[in-house]
Amino acid sequence: MSADGRIFVKGNEAVSMGAIDAGLKGYFGYPITPQNEIPEYMSLHLPKAGGAFVQAESEMAAINMVLGAAATGARAMTSSSSPGVSLMQESFSYMATSETPCVVVNMMRGGPGLGDINTSQGDYYQATRGGGHGDYRTPVLAPSTCQEAYDLTREAFDIAFRFRTPVMILGDAILGQMKEPITRGVPRPADPAESADWGLSGAKGREQRIFRSLFLAEGVLTAVNQRLRAKFEAMASLARCETFMTEDAELVVVSFGSIARIVKSSIRKLRARGLKVGLLRPITLFPFPAEAVAAVARQGKRLLTIEHNMGQMVDDVRLAVCGIADSAFHGTLSGTIPTPDEYEAAIEAALTGGSK
Amino acid sequence: MSETLAFTRTPSVAETPTHYCPGCQHGVAHRMVAEYLDAENLAEKTIMVTSIGCSVFLYNYLRFDSVEAPHGRAPATATGVKRVSPDKVVFTYQGDGDLASIGMAEIMHAANRGERITVVFVNNTVYGMTGGQMAPTTLVGQKTTTSPAGRCASTEGAPFRMAEIVAGLGGVAFSARVALNNVKHLAQARKAIRRAFEVQLAGQGMGFVELLATCPTNWKMTPVQANEHIEAAIIPTFPLGVFKDIAKNAGAC
Ligand SMILES: Cc1ncc(C[n+]2csc(CCOP(=O)(O)OP(=O)(O)O)c2C)c(N)n1
Ligand code: SF4
Ligand SMILES: [Mg+2]
Repeated sequence: MSADGRIFVKGNEAVSMGAIDAGLKGYFGYPITPQNEIPEYMSLHLPKAGGAFVQAESEMAAINMVLGAAATGARAMTSSSSPGVSLMQESFSYMATSETPCVVVNMMRGGPGLGDINTSQGDYYQATRGGGHGDYRTPVLAPSTCQEAYDLTREAFDIAFRFRTPVMILGDAILGQMKEPITRGVPRPADPAESADWGLSGAKGREQRIFRSLFLAEGVLTAVNQRLRAKFEAMASLARCETFMTEDAELVVVSFGSIARIVKSSIRKLRARGLKVGLLRPITLFPFPAEAVAAVARQGKRLLTIEHNMGQMVDDVRLAVCGIADSAFHGTLSGTIPTPDEYEAAIEAALTGGSK
Repeated sequence: MSETLAFTRTPSVAETPTHYCPGCQHGVAHRMVAEYLDAENLAEKTIMVTSIGCSVFLYNYLRFDSVEAPHGRAPATATGVKRVSPDKVVFTYQGDGDLASIGMAEIMHAANRGERITVVFVNNTVYGMTGGQMAPTTLVGQKTTTSPAGRCASTEGAPFRMAEIVAGLGGVAFSARVALNNVKHLAQARKAIRRAFEVQLAGQGMGFVELLATCPTNWKMTPVQANEHIEAAIIPTFPLGVFKDIAKNAGAC
């Protein structure tokens, strides 16, 4: 620890600390690179903090252990990387429907398929569209620094319990593996009251409680879906983004996560050369900060979306500015690690050459 | 003529008609579990993990706190419940397709870890809910909707004997197979269910009980024929017995 109280940790460790400091009671996970530091950290530190750690036999088992623990009202989580998160999707759908709060971390790796263990943003669609079967959404938070990984993981539990929903932390190999100083907050145990009127504890002196997602009686599933839709709409209040040098910018880049940091470096270089460019970084991917993006477009600024995929978030950007403007797109692909130089060139080309 | 009740409804069984077919023994299995938990005053600290199969609405029939696990995953879900609530009584209720096919990994690992849970495994040798397809426990030669010529051991394998397999795993404290087809077997079943919970309560490991049960509908039999079929055809493949019962005072780490 440094004199100012900061500690030097990997993004994966920051996530783990954030979860434990948020009152985590159960961690269940299966090894996969590049997130292994999370189960490793949890196996050592969570039992000391009074929580349970289980190395599950698969990602399917892991997420269903989370389901069981979370149904009792405990703060529970799992973490994985792209292929493992694909295996969990059936249960996200169950949990969104049975309104079971939990936190899931996806440290994305290259894909599709087994891909590689380098960085990627290829799971944006999967994360922001629910991912599993059926008509549902879950909040998705996208940290770009180790500090933010710590802070957002803590906050993810509050959101999960406030809305009774799974919440995803969407990071990537860069975030998981990079080391940075962070300031760790004061641990706060979970408030038992947050689950007092729905958690499973044995039906003592009250009616039984049921976590279910099957509704065969006429009209009931429709009613469930109406309630869920109202909740998904209410989540709009969570929308959040960071803006950087957008005030006088002629062109604003929209980019998220660790890629947005690389873009920031490119923007600094371009600013040093006198080019008026800025960054809008969505922090919540669902809900997407559409209003903030639209506001930028309304000011007449041009938009360029940069992602480390073939173009996924750009759909949300274009929807946000539909009828007002458009967004250009620059995508780098899984398998390479993008450089500030490449993004600098892409931003400059978009600024000077218009949309490409 | 006055009616005499042969037995009373134990409080944890809800007063509601079930959706089960005539002669189906899921209801018998439900009642036996509830009777044990009520007799021991455990209902108020019980958390039930339901599964996907004909018993998917178990939470409508037994009044315990419940969480519905996806198909096959109940032992994992029960692991999650128990690890954060070690003072609760936790059990799964699973069919043969759920436990021995899609959920084979989850039951093996939960058993091997010695999760302090009870597993109630209802083996009716078919996928009842989806219309009688071949199950991992279907008898060799048994005709189902997906084994129209009868299960062939050389291409579809032989039925899994789960009670024996589970008994071989270190974390298991009790494993038995019983049947629900006659009074003598019901008495054995009652005992086995009791032991399967007792080892959980003593913190000794997993308690596993396999119940051979009828599915008259998919066997295309009358309830009486189905009961006879258990005796004549199913028990010879799935012998009844206790395959493991660790000493009552055996320790655990
Ligand atoms: C992931 C998934 N796959 C398939 C199904 C369809 N399904 C529902 S119940 C079932 C089989 C149940 O058989 P069993 O466990 O033997 O229970 P039974 O109905 O015989 O009591 C299947 C395949 C499902 N619900 N979920
Ligand atoms: S189909 Fe078989 S298992 Fe299902 S309710 Fe009918 S008899 Fe019981
Ligand atoms: Mg069956």
